[in-house]
Amino acid sequence: MAATIEVDRLVKRYRRATTNAVDGISFDVEPGSFFALLGPNGAGKTTTISILTTTLAPTSGSVRIAGYDAARQAADVRRNVGIIFQKPSLDLNLTAEENVRFHAILYGLYPFRPSYASMPRAYREQVERLAGMLDIADALGKPVRKLSGGMQRKLEIVRSLLHQPKILFLDEPTAGLDPQSRRNLWDYLRTIRGESGVTLFLTTHYLEEAEQVDHVCVINTGRIVSLGTPAEVKAQLVQDYLLLDASNRDSLRAELCRRGVSFTETPHFRIEVAGGAVQELLRQIETPLSLVQTHTPSLEDAYLEIVRPQ
Amino acid sequence: MRDFNAILTITYRDVMKFLRDPARLVGTLIFPLFFVGVLGGSLQANLGSGVGYNLLDVTFTGIFAMTLFQSTCQGIISLIEDRENDFSQEIFIAPISRYSIVVGKIVGESLVALAQGVAIVLFAVLARVSLTPTRLLGLLPTAAVACLLGGAFGIMLIGNFNSQRVANQILPYLIFPQFFLAGIFYPVRTLPLPLDILSRISPLRYAVDFARGLFYTGSREYDSVVLASPALNLTVVAAMFMIFLFVGTAFFVRRERNR
Repeated sequence: MAATIEVDRLVKRYRRATTNAVDGISFDVEPGSFFALLGPNGAGKTTTISILTTTLAPTSGSVRIAGYDAARQAADVRRNVGIIFQKPSLDLNLTAEENVRFHAILYGLYPFRPSYASMPRAYREQVERLAGMLDIADALGKPVRKLSGGMQRKLEIVRSLLHQPKILFLDEPTAGLDPQSRRNLWDYLRTIRGESGVTLFLTTHYLEEAEQVDHVCVINTGRIVSLGTPAEVKAQLVQDYLLLDASNRDSLRAELCRRGVSFTETPHFRIEVAGGAVQELLRQIETPLSLVQTHTPSLEDAYLEIVRPQ
Repeated sequence: MRDFNAILTITYRDVMKFLRDPARLVGTLIFPLFFVGVLGGSLQANLGSGVGYNLLDVTFTGIFAMTLFQSTCQGIISLIEDRENDFSQEIFIAPISRYSIVVGKIVGESLVALAQGVAIVLFAVLARVSLTPTRLLGLLPTAAVACLLGGAFGIMLIGNFNSQRVANQILPYLIFPQFFLAGIFYPVRTLPLPLDILSRISPLRYAVDFARGLFYTGSREYDSVVLASPALNLTVVAAMFMIFLFVGTAFFVRRERNR
């Protein structure tokens, strides 16, 4: 099946900037999959998502969303995507339902009516079903100002699903939520994906969130560091290694050099080998060893290593 | 049709926002009271006898047009702040024409400004401005002209300023000179050449003169108060409105996407 998001050598340089905020990234997203763009603050996540959702023009490269060119067919792209912004985009002076209703009208789903009761039955049923799915049916008549952060996020999700987007973009949707709300939000995202088949594209700087998706793209300073399933990314980022040491360090150093084994002294001798090769290597070494350790860094170690400012 | 509904929605939202904000409602009433009651009354009492027309009436027409112009303009400028913070993000991402957003916003802010217009008229009645039914009727087209022109002027501003803070700092310098150049408090019959040029390019001048053209129709003060015929003023206003609207929206959209 053709990819629903195709990004090809995308570059964005802001006006008067000296470096590219997004520096030639390419990736595809399959329809119905759950995709995460992972990276630290300032990596280019929001810039990327802004270009994908047509609110920002790219400097070069191409982006196709649901078959439409993001630069030339912005209106078609907008009709096919839903967006949840990093900062809440609800009107605090309106009720929850009014926020949803205005969205429905702006997207041309229903004609304008000044009250909930006067809206078509189809609208009311749709809103109640979605609100029920996210557990906020009781809050519909309340002013948004009175809702908690988690409730507001859910309301934004209800609203963004109203026009049945093919892709739902979420820019750091869990930022500012407590752990309980965060977990609930993830449960809801899985539910709506199961029920509507929508493609989910989210940005996050939380590693544990990225581990729960189908595909992860790790970016840093505008470039792709790693791309694949969470397991693949882990395998790519995380290298097992062996630590050795001996009381006679000169002898061990000479022996490793003689056998052509590359190593770094950290201060122990660190050798990038894993699995069966470890035993193979150990069998050959004659210098008496004082330390033998195999090491598997956590994904978090690897991630922090990548995103550490240069 | 979709865009028509979108315009209605954006308009409705602006009006609801205004009605649910008590502080803004009160502010709306204080400002006209100050201008018409205090300033107009004082001008007439001190200078009125020598000029051959009632300064309170002249000030009233000027303030009426100016307030609607400024209020709509200020409302439009809130779009800059909104596009980063709240529901406007949502409006900007919707698959609707940018002109629908701009027009919806101008109409919405115009209606909000009209509430202020009504307040001014009420104070004017209390302050004994010579209002007749015909003159009251004439205020309706005046209000429409002042609001729409102010709204388009606002669009022109936001197309050229980065942030609300900058726009709000510059706005007084663009509005305040117009108080005098446009002749809010007295008709600008004679001005030195440089000021005359500035006066002729200040949009508010035409809205104010249009207001007076209707207000003084058939009265003996017409020739001493009104500068140009309402038809001419209307033509200039229409031309300025179109230019501001199209150029402003184009700048604004470009600014949005080509950051």
